[in-house]
Formats: sequence, C-alpha cells, structure tokens
Amino acid sequence: MLTISAELRAKILAHARADHPDEACGVIAGPAGSDLPERFIPMLNAERSPTFYRFDSLEQLRVWREMDDRDEEPVVIYHSHTATEAYPSRTDVSYASEPSAHYVLVSTRDPDADEFRSFRISDGAISEEDVLVQPE
Amino acid sequence: MAIEVRIPTILRSYTGGEKSIEGSGATLDELFADISGRYDGLRERLIDEAGLRRFINVYLNDEDVRFLGGLSAPVRDGDTVTVLPAVAGGAR
Repeated sequence: MLTISAELRAKILAHARADHPDEACGVIAGPAGSDLPERFIPMLNAERSPTFYRFDSLEQLRVWREMDDRDEEPVVIYHSHTATEAYPSRTDVSYASEPSAHYVLVSTRDPDADEFRSFRISDGAISEEDVLVQPE
Repeated sequence: MAIEVRIPTILRSYTGGEKSIEGSGATLDELFADISGRYDGLRERLIDEAGLRRFINVYLNDEDVRFLGGLSAPVRDGDTVTVLPAVAGGAR
C-alpha cells in the first residue's frame, strides 16, 4: 500500500497536467526505510516525449547523491501517460530498477478525470496496490 | 591503486550487498574487467556487445562517461565511478 498526503498527490497530478502532452516524471524522497514519501522532486524528462520519459543523467546523479547525503531513498517514482491508461507498460517494467519504490502512474488522457494508481514492480512482475491518501 | 565504484541497490546482489567496491585500471574498461574477476556477473549488467549498456548511467566523479569516451575513459587512483540504472519508461 502507498501512503501519501493529499498535497503530494495533488503535486504529482499538477506536474503531469503542466507537462501534458509530454510525459512528466519525478521522485518523492523519504527517510530510508520509512516507506513514507515526503520530499517532492519533479524531474526533467530528458526525452521530452509524449510516449517516453527518462531522467536527465546528471540531474539523476545530483538527486541520488542528495538523497544519500540526507539518508533518504526514492519512495515514489512517478510518471504520466498522456494518451494511455495509468498502468505500467512493457518499457516501464523493463526499466524499473528500484525494487523498493512505489511506481506511481498517472494519466492525463482525459482532461476532466484524474487517474492516479500505484504499483510495485520487481523481477519483471507488476502488482497494483492500494493508495491511502492522507488529508492535511 | 584504488578506484571506488559505487553500486546501485539493484546490483548489490553481485557484490554480496556491498554498496561500494574497489578496483584498478587505467581505463573504465580495464576497471570493469578487474572487477569482473572478483564479482561474477556484474560486468555483464554494465556492458553488452555494443559497449556500455544504454540504460545504465556510469559517472566518473561528477561527469557522465558518455562524454568522456565511454569505456575508454581514463581513470586514476582516487577517482569515484558511480553506477545508476537510468530511470526511464514510456507509454508502450
């Protein structure tokens, strides 16, 4: 289960809407071992594509080093799909490389409806999980 | 001679859980060859027939080795090599 504040959930959705029609992507860092997302880190999509995303390699180094310095880990790795459902694609699964992260997918295909779902991806397997949204 | 190689979580099964290992060599290629002798299977996760795997980021100190000559990038005592799988994906 992913436990996330309403504020952080709203930030992910806003980032996705702002970058539409390109895919948006980012991380929410939290204290190592806590499984609690706390620090919102929107990332540049170096592909700037409506169908693909990739963190800029130097930005990723900076962010990963910063998390390490702060004893944090990437609790949530999120990205958006702009014309398809909020479900991990084959490429999402093949590139998933943080087995402890919650992979959040949002879809901006419908301008009037939010789609926000969370998954664990490990050893090539997807399992969807519940999202517990905590009000402020 | 010691070059630190920082290993991402997903590859620590090849290093017995170690997040940092040491190796030696004059180039990145030599360094990875040195490491592969002691950590079986690790090199294959970093390199394929074409060279450095496309979705693995390798950094020499603060730079992406793609801009330093890739596998032929020179490395020196005291350098830190960091490996991070690219975070990427897409609609299909």
